[in-house]
Amino acid sequence: MTAFLNQLPIGLSIGAVLMLIALGLTFTFGQMGVINMAHGEFIMAGAYTAFLLQDMVLALPAAFLVAGVMGLILERSAIRHFYGRPLDTLLLTWGVSLVLQQLARDLFGAPNVQVPAPAWLSGGVGILPYNRLFIMGLAVAGVVAVWLYLTRTGLGRRTQAVVQNRQLAATSGIDTGRVDMLTFFIGSGLAGVAGVALTLIGPVGPALGTYYIVDAFLVVVAGGLGQLRGAVLAALGLGLLNSYAEFWSDASLAKVIVLAAVIAFLQVRPQGLFVLRSRVLT
Amino acid sequence: MLSVNGLESGYGRARVLFGVSLEVGPGQLVCVMGRNGVGKTTLLNTVMGVLPATAGTVTFDGADVTRLKPHERVRLSMGYVPQGHQCFPQLSVLGNLLVTVEAAKQPKEAIDEALDLFPALRPLLKRSAGHLSGGQQQQLAMARALVTRPRMLILDEPTEGIQPSIILEIEAAIERLHAAGLPVLLVEQYLDIALRLADTFVILDGGHVVRTGAAEDLHQEDVRKLLAV
Repeated sequence: MTAFLNQLPIGLSIGAVLMLIALGLTFTFGQMGVINMAHGEFIMAGAYTAFLLQDMVLALPAAFLVAGVMGLILERSAIRHFYGRPLDTLLLTWGVSLVLQQLARDLFGAPNVQVPAPAWLSGGVGILPYNRLFIMGLAVAGVVAVWLYLTRTGLGRRTQAVVQNRQLAATSGIDTGRVDMLTFFIGSGLAGVAGVALTLIGPVGPALGTYYIVDAFLVVVAGGLGQLRGAVLAALGLGLLNSYAEFWSDASLAKVIVLAAVIAFLQVRPQGLFVLRSRVLT
Repeated sequence: MLSVNGLESGYGRARVLFGVSLEVGPGQLVCVMGRNGVGKTTLLNTVMGVLPATAGTVTFDGADVTRLKPHERVRLSMGYVPQGHQCFPQLSVLGNLLVTVEAAKQPKEAIDEALDLFPALRPLLKRSAGHLSGGQQQQLAMARALVTRPRMLILDEPTEGIQPSIILEIEAAIERLHAAGLPVLLVEQYLDIALRLADTFVILDGGHVVRTGAAEDLHQEDVRKLLAV
């Protein structure tokens, strides 16, 4: 029973990391139809930012900025020329992802590095270690911030409008290009924050992003495109399923179980947990 | 106010418009008519910049807008209501209006003015736009175009698929806007509505303008033939 309960914070914190990663993806994928394979490398960039700074408090905003600016550069220089061509963007961003991984190898070396956890995050209450609690708190803060941004600010409203009906947004006076840029910045920045969180539970390596990018896409598809609550619920579900499947079997079988579960779920609900609904003439 | 000259456009290799020209003078209501698939919606989408023009020009209020993006045309105060009573379904009715008024950089009072023309929307302001009926969504769509304080309205079949009582309200609203001096470019399928509203009409067939005239001419036999299915 204790072993079973011990698995809970692990599952929840993996879910929390997935949540931060998927928050950005669900909007870039949902809003712009861009399958950004380089999103994982923004996680990696955030983690290395933490490694360079060796200070958790400073690392969070710094990683947000570093990853965000990387996302902005990628969107402006490459992705925006490929809107409406999902397969081309997939190849393009996959290539960028490989380049970035090699860049990290050249800069920081191929072996993994460790970011020592700050003293105030060692220890814990009961079965909840402080570092896992911190990650969950980070995800909650991220979700709340994104929710406030979307519902309480003019820019966020414009983002929602573009997600829900891009063409109507453009003919209502919204500069969709600027909204895309901003969404890419915020989404990539959140991936950077997720990278900082990951330094608390494991080593940092050039391929860090590749372990999470596929799971993050599963979260986005299962949650429904561009749906905040979908991403939150699916991330928690997948995080818990992942850690308990690992607990009952082993790491590789767990991946199979998770993938099979998502496929089965999508058979029943191909549109994901939540979906845009409206009466529209057909 | 709006002048379209030799406009050509289409979807990829499929050309739809072959050199369409038309003119909407100040305060004029011009009705674009024609059977399904002759290019009416394509024409409006190209006028608004949703589709790029492959040839020809669109001039609005003396300025060449042919290469401008849709949002830039809205900020020059071209108001567009696209086909199919579209909305932002997960935003509230008020949210739909707010996001537009902010994007068009207009004061919030513009919302009140628009609601005066569509008072039926007032009790619905907090509802999700996606839950409204088609007719209510169409009224919202027109209100959304009005909060940008347009100097011209471009309407794509505002009465399509909508219950008769609300068609009357929408027709009355268009009539009032027209009477107040707002120029309108209207695509309309119903001949009787076109007859009541239009100053002049343009009939499209196969991507060409095949007939233009004053509203009275719509009664003529050869004109009716062009519209008959």
